Amino acid sequence: MIDVRNLSKAFGDHVVLDGIDQHISPGEKVVVIGPSGSGKSTFLRCLNLLETPTGGTITFQGQEITGPRVDIDRIRQQMGMVFQHFNLFPNMTIRRNITLAPVRTGLMKHAEADEAALSLLRRVGLEEKAEAYPNQLSGGQKQRVAIVRALAMRPKVMLFDEPTSALDPEMVGEVLEVMKDLAHEGMTMVVVTHEMGFAREVGSRVVFMDGGVIVEEDEPSALFAHPKSERLRSFLAKVL
Amino acid sequence: MAIFDWLTSLAPRLHRAFIEGGRWKLYLQGLGVTLEMTVAALIFGVILGLMVAVVRTAHDQQRPGRRNPLLGFFNGLCGLYTTVIRGTPMMVQLLIWSFVIFKTSRNKVLVGIIGLGINSGAYVAEIIRGGLMSVDAGQSEAGRSLGLGYFDTMRFIVIPQAFKNILPSLGNEFITLFKDTSLVQAIGAAELTYYAFTIGGRTFDYMPPLIGIALMYLAVVIIFTWLQARLERRLRQSDRR
Repeated sequence: MIDVRNLSKAFGDHVVLDGIDQHISPGEKVVVIGPSGSGKSTFLRCLNLLETPTGGTITFQGQEITGPRVDIDRIRQQMGMVFQHFNLFPNMTIRRNITLAPVRTGLMKHAEADEAALSLLRRVGLEEKAEAYPNQLSGGQKQRVAIVRALAMRPKVMLFDEPTSALDPEMVGEVLEVMKDLAHEGMTMVVVTHEMGFAREVGSRVVFMDGGVIVEEDEPSALFAHPKSERLRSFLAKVL
Repeated sequence: MAIFDWLTSLAPRLHRAFIEGGRWKLYLQGLGVTLEMTVAALIFGVILGLMVAVVRTAHDQQRPGRRNPLLGFFNGLCGLYTTVIRGTPMMVQLLIWSFVIFKTSRNKVLVGIIGLGINSGAYVAEIIRGGLMSVDAGQSEAGRSLGLGYFDTMRFIVIPQAFKNILPSLGNEFITLFKDTSLVQAIGAAELTYYAFTIGGRTFDYMPPLIGIALMYLAVVIIFTWLQARLERRLRQSDRR
């Protein structure tokens, strides 16, 4: 589904990603872990070209999206993204936050989008917040809306950029619950997170990054039980 | 008792400056033209400023390696415009518009509106650019990540949020513009200062008309400042939980 070859990214002289190779198959849940500054968020943001790679290629469903003359908006319509700081639009109601993109991109008619928004909100238990504004919601509620907003575009893959890092501890659970449901429904997911419990439980593969390279990757049970590299061992010792 | 003499002479002077021959109508007429010019020039300036701001912001936000040469050209043009307008005195600009570019035009009010509007546009462009940049980058990233294009993202997400932030500065620009219309007197447009100056010349007494219009300008500015504060308070209410 997504094929990453020799991906690199530098900001000026500062190399953030240094030759990443990844293949993400449909239905896979890839969890990316690593210390801060390891390049994991940049890697994720390269996948939908929020960051422009300085080298290498990314292929999404057979189309090389790093090539010239790619309609990036079309590609992004099929890749949902959830941000650390939610990034809901404060000038719109929750309902409009969700329906704006499907309506403007021509995916749905107005009434259809309204209906879809309500049924998605019902799924995350926020139906009664449809006419509220983002500022009236708690962090956990905001992030659940943000997930629903991305889902409204019916994406083929969902990218999560530290979705629980900005939340108060008691709200982390409700967001992870939604993500687990999504995983069980078979959504292809790439998740950058510090939630090792989630990685272990949901991940079909865990990727450990450090210093802009992939140091180790494996099934969660194997990776957590038998880390091969010294760097992963010391990382796990600190976070577990 | 010099002060006493001065005060007793004041009544006939005021009478001559404001009442004799229905002169107060001229002041009202002048004030009307002044307000008209202010509003027209501000609308002109905001439209111009918005275009310049969008071009400059779009240019600055291009992804490296994918620079659009046409956008680069327009960006250069906009840069030249703001540099020239902000780098030369308003008065000199007005004189050039009136005596060089539109030297055959008799509609000096329109020439004044063009001069003021083009001047204001350069400042409004910077105000709007600042407003656009004040919106968190995550907002446009969220819009783009949903597959919305650049212009949809600006139109529905960034510009509405920027508007609230720039309203105070835009109000100040309106006040500045309102006062600057008095410069248009120099090119012969019949606005408030022009009438006061003419009446002063005709009655050989400049003090009453000039102090009079100063108070009129002041009154309008005070009223407008009050309105602006009220509007801002209303807008801020939507931020509360």
